[in-house]
Amino acid sequence: MKNALRAVILVVCAAAFLLAGPGLSFGEPAYTDMDDYMLLHGQEETGSNNIVTGVVFDYRGFDTLGEATVLFTVVLGAGLVFRRLGKKEDEYEYE
Amino acid sequence: MSNLVRSGANILMPFILVFGFYIVVHGHLTPGGGFQGGAVIATAVVLLMVAYSRAEVRASISKKVLKNSETLGLLLFIGTALLALTAGLAFFGNWLLDAGTLFGTPVAFGINPGDLNTGGIIPVLNIAVGIEVLGAMGLLLLAMLGGMKGDAE
Repeated sequence: MKNALRAVILVVCAAAFLLAGPGLSFGEPAYTDMDDYMLLHGQEETGSNNIVTGVVFDYRGFDTLGEATVLFTVVLGAGLVFRRLGKKEDEYEYE
Repeated sequence: MSNLVRSGANILMPFILVFGFYIVVHGHLTPGGGFQGGAVIATAVVLLMVAYSRAEVRASISKKVLKNSETLGLLLFIGTALLALTAGLAFFGNWLLDAGTLFGTPVAFGINPGDLNTGGIIPVLNIAVGIEVLGAMGLLLLAMLGGMKGDAE
């Protein structure tokens, strides 16, 4: 029963992918004003030749600040999980 | 580990560190940036942990330095963003751009090889994120090393 259900789901997903896949146009993204603006003005507005870094660190600096904070919080949580209670001999437990 | 692995680690270590710092510092010119360069530097810690025993890793890597570097990186990031307020710009404004001083050279439009002295605050933020990521990843790896059972001699 479970295997039959799994096979049906697999077949349906594969059929959906195979039917819908060839219809998509590859390499022709929808037109937006944003990418043209960044490609034309990004170099003089951010001063960086690498436009990806210009977007990540200048246009979307808040996003990067959030990522850095997430990383800080991850280390805090991992230190909380991996700490060892009681024993003091191993230096690598989190105080 | 065997002497072969240790010698290989000793030879590879400076190259990994130099490559990581290169990715961090050239983040505004070539692909890469603070996150990627910090991760590359953190792989040097992994190499050290693979090649040497726990006592030797404990003697050579200070957990306090990694902790401080993580905090320092985040503070440098927020501080650089806050300094834009004193220059009369918005939060995260690029207050070093076209100033002519550090990282202040104007950049030409179009395809050019690039100059390290451009980018405004972007290289500063890259270095801050690089410091933070190497501290964070090193701390994660050391925490997992502390939770490992037995001796990885």
